[in-house]
Amino acid sequence: MAKTESTFKNMVLSLTLISLGASACLGFVYQMTKEPIAFSVLNKKLTAIKQVVPEFNNNPSEEMYRLPTGEGDSLEIYPAKKDDVIVGYAISTYTKIGFGGNVSLIAGFKPDGTIINISVLEQKETPGLGAKMTEPAFKDQFKDKNPAEFFMKVKKDGGPVDAITAATISSRAFCDAVQRAYNTLQKGGLK
Amino acid sequence: MNQLQNFTKGFFKENPILVLVLGTCPTLATTTSSLNGMGMGIATTFVLIGSNVVISLLSNVIPDKVRIPAFVVIIASFVTIVDLVMQAYVPALYETLGIFIPLIVVNCIVLGRAEAFASKNSILSSFIDGLGMGLGYTMALGIIGAFREIVGSGTIFGHKFIQGDGILVFILAPGAFWALGYLIALINRIKEPK
Amino acid sequence: MEYILIIISALLINNVVLVQTIGICPFLGVSNKVDTALGMAGAVTFVIVLATMVTYLIQIYILDKLGLAFMQTITFILVIAALVQMIEIILKKISQPLYQALGIYLPLITTNCAVLGVAILVIKKNYNLIEGVVYGASTALGFGLALIILAGIREQLELADIPKGMKGVPTSLVIAGILALAFMGFTGIV
Repeated sequence: MAKTESTFKNMVLSLTLISLGASACLGFVYQMTKEPIAFSVLNKKLTAIKQVVPEFNNNPSEEMYRLPTGEGDSLEIYPAKKDDVIVGYAISTYTKIGFGGNVSLIAGFKPDGTIINISVLEQKETPGLGAKMTEPAFKDQFKDKNPAEFFMKVKKDGGPVDAITAATISSRAFCDAVQRAYNTLQKGGLK
Repeated sequence: MNQLQNFTKGFFKENPILVLVLGTCPTLATTTSSLNGMGMGIATTFVLIGSNVVISLLSNVIPDKVRIPAFVVIIASFVTIVDLVMQAYVPALYETLGIFIPLIVVNCIVLGRAEAFASKNSILSSFIDGLGMGLGYTMALGIIGAFREIVGSGTIFGHKFIQGDGILVFILAPGAFWALGYLIALINRIKEPK
Repeated sequence: MEYILIIISALLINNVVLVQTIGICPFLGVSNKVDTALGMAGAVTFVIVLATMVTYLIQIYILDKLGLAFMQTITFILVIAALVQMIEIILKKISQPLYQALGIYLPLITTNCAVLGVAILVIKKNYNLIEGVVYGASTALGFGLALIILAGIREQLELADIPKGMKGVPTSLVIAGILALAFMGFTGIV
């Protein structure tokens, strides 16, 4: 089947050439797709930001700044402004205690700390159970609530949050992420 | 065999997953919905066609002793290309399929066809073999995905047609095993002379 | 304490075969006898642990440093292929019977989704080297566990009367489904 003999020289030569050729092609494709990939990542964040804060006409991505969480890392804060007046803060937050691992959300807060809306960016929760955290049926209960009064704890833990049926862990994780965002915003002071 | 037989064998007679039982991992994991399954199938088809053609092209140049590593490099390259292109142009599907896109490189179908067919046949035949096998795989994934989606989520192609949830277990691991198992049993029964 | 969490999660709650549905081909192929299952499980564990260490080091010190993250798939699979070749050679020298028993399944470890899957997941989950190795070893043990359970069941089934269409793969799949259902019960542990 192979007309080329399996001499040591041929083996090394062919493998090297194929590897070099492959790397070159890949490098080329990588360069070509770099921008579209960066663009779609940015777009995803922007779309999520749009869902959680009211109409704005600045560029939240450009004005993004970081605030420390107090746990050794920091969160990204995207201020949304209309005509130079702040209408909301979109915070990219996360939790590590999701059932399937990390969950990342974008939570939108009014300057007084009231939640506007929340959008789930990434989650690996169980479909039909914890994954329902992305649905309005669960998320909408947080709208217009201020974590200072509406504690981010599920009913099982004595709080007011209605957990997803049979998905207490995922619901707790969601609350944890929102609490983290709220704490970071409060501590850092609203700019 | 003529090219028509070459193309259609991947659909029924030698369907990679339902008959040859290759490529089971992505089958179980990505068929939670019909569109996801078919997306996976199409990504795999691209890799199949690409690697089949290149391997057929180079089959006389690659020394026999190193053919497996050489095939692996070629296949891995196409997988990376598909990975980057999907990430750039269909980010939603890319995120749903997740780790299974790089796992195409160890999908037994791809290496299997490279070894069994592409290294021994003409470029055109290899192209058609890749296309046929890939589309047959996609079809099977679509069917399994449709079944699991309809029974498990009450949706078809993303459109809900029942109130509330379906039988959840079907979009989880157990349902995957059962759907595939019974489908293969069905095909076995159909093929078996009574 | 975190390590216990990683171990239990990889072994039971997110069992690689029965929950994540990765590593199925060898799962179906080698599970008809408990001894071969044991041998396969051992070999896979060895490969996964080694592969996790090597791929992690390569990712951190070469790929990330040089901005070559997109070369991950190629480098990882080549590392795995090389490791499996090495093990084949070593096994041939050390234990001929085991080498014979594993037969064709040994080179097939290269295409075992679980090995490449674990290597990639360790990077995705941002584990450090030790966490990664613990995760890899636990995943491999989970694979072995699923394999041995299925092998035990299949050995018993040899004596049962199974309808023609269901013989072989379909039966294994249905049993695997029931096992997967059982493993879902572990989700309550944490």
